[in-house]
Amino acid sequence: MSAPLLELDKATIRFGGLTAVSELSLTVNAGELVGLIGPNGAGKTTAFNMITGVYQPTSGSIRFEGNCTRAVKPSKLAYLGIARTFQNIRLFRTLSVIDNIRVAARLHNPQGYFGALWRGKGWKECEAETEKHALELLEIFNLARHRDEEAISLPYGDQRRLEIVRALATRPKILLLDEPAAGMNPSEKDDLMRLIHFIKERYQLAVLLVEHDMKVVMGICQRIAVLEYGRKIAEGTPKEIQCHPKVIEAYLGAAAV
Amino acid sequence: MPYLGAKRWLFIGIALAVGFSFLAPQFNQYYLGVVIDVGIAIILAVSLNLINGHTGQFSLGHAGFMAVGGYFAAWLSLEIGGNAKMFFPLSLLAGGLLAALVGLLVGIPSLRLKGDYLAIVTLGFGEIIRVVAQNTEAIGAASGLKGIPKFASLGWTFGFAVVTIYVVTALVNSTYGRGFIAVCDDEIAAESNGVNTTRTKVTAFVTGAFFAGIAGGLYAHHKQFLSPTGFDWLKSIDIVVMVILGAALGELIEGLLRIAFGRVPLKGLWSTFGIIAAAVLLTMMTELLRTFSEYRMIIYALLIIVLMLLSPAWLFSMFNLRRERKLS
Repeated sequence: MSAPLLELDKATIRFGGLTAVSELSLTVNAGELVGLIGPNGAGKTTAFNMITGVYQPTSGSIRFEGNCTRAVKPSKLAYLGIARTFQNIRLFRTLSVIDNIRVAARLHNPQGYFGALWRGKGWKECEAETEKHALELLEIFNLARHRDEEAISLPYGDQRRLEIVRALATRPKILLLDEPAAGMNPSEKDDLMRLIHFIKERYQLAVLLVEHDMKVVMGICQRIAVLEYGRKIAEGTPKEIQCHPKVIEAYLGAAAV
Repeated sequence: MPYLGAKRWLFIGIALAVGFSFLAPQFNQYYLGVVIDVGIAIILAVSLNLINGHTGQFSLGHAGFMAVGGYFAAWLSLEIGGNAKMFFPLSLLAGGLLAALVGLLVGIPSLRLKGDYLAIVTLGFGEIIRVVAQNTEAIGAASGLKGIPKFASLGWTFGFAVVTIYVVTALVNSTYGRGFIAVCDDEIAAESNGVNTTRTKVTAFVTGAFFAGIAGGLYAHHKQFLSPTGFDWLKSIDIVVMVILGAALGELIEGLLRIAFGRVPLKGLWSTFGIIAAAVLLTMMTELLRTFSEYRMIIYALLIIVLMLLSPAWLFSMFNLRRERKLS
């Protein structure tokens, strides 16, 4: 069997006296949709920040396609194929919708500083290519009519979607979604579930999903890992997780078991 | 039409600058001098705008880079002696490159800092340059560097101003250069979407420093005299004020265009246009108020306060409010 796409091996991170994530071992295979759940403060977003290189694990290791990601910059990891969205939307507020995509697609545009200054034939072709790619993405996700509007002027649901599309523009192998359903109404959540399923199939992506909404998590994840106080307390299929005593205890208290 | 800053504008601009330089002898020498001052101010303000405006890194070190380029170019001209005029453009470039190198050395450690901290570090850098200049005998120390030949003509000054404007607008209006704005908008998001934020910031810093160095060289060969006190932090503040005023003017123009046409034609150029306008206005104002020059900083301070209070955003919210009242 080939090596997993993403592999956390006893990854631990401490901030002073606080162990935010403790010996987390987790694998995500290519094309798999894995959920990461847990009560507030369990360390889900911190785990994301370790995987994307924002934080370095204090001990343990993280491997992506078999290579250790220690001391690799987040921008480099994005280039290698790890993309993410954020819990609180982080769009480029003064840039237009299409330029938000273009910044992410810039990874695959070989033209740099002097290309932009010289503006030769090669540069024009690359710019046209990038723009075409960005427009295609916007069309697939039904955002093309907003292409020249400022990203920040979009409605909330569209901003969430744009953030996912922007992550896709880096052409990732794994997409990390941090609470994509936060603040959405039930029908938007249904749309989101369809969207996640669609991009996973269409782009052959692995997805790691942090989410509080159990309907979303149970509905689409193939496998779920549960964190509590930085430790993984359970892992399994949605069915197994739903009746796992430790999970019920973590969410509802010991009396509920 | 997403991409502005086509190369033909660069050539047209340079041709115009050269053309005007042939007419220069006809002009009154005093006014000619002021016009060259304006050209130098444009180079300084437009290049600082790449760092402070587009990339959002608040630098107060521009006078320092200007000093590095100015002193080095002037020193080269004085060392070369007789043939210096032939080598003038090379001296200017050498000054710019040295300033860029210093920008690289200062930028790599200090661009890890944000906001106020970066401002303080760059301020400190500017002061170090000034103190070094004040104590280096080879460049005149405290009494200044005298007898620099007068090579900074109208053509050279505006030629380099056109190049500066071209470089900054061409960079920012490209996929590559959108990275500068992305860093300004959200550094964390930029980094996670594949923009190497450190490299982007250092690139902006080095580019800005290069043109500040060129401006310094032109300034040296225009005033024919360099004194360390001319490059103190107040000089940096002068340039920062141009950038702040210019950004406000640019927004104002964009807002007016949006009201007039419902969209903004040539979007992406107005901020630079505003910066140029501010450089012209403030340089002329300094010249007009020469007799009350000790009050200049008070006027600048008041200008900034008034601008903050009457920011375009505020003006337009008032406008919308009035329109909504009319509608209801």
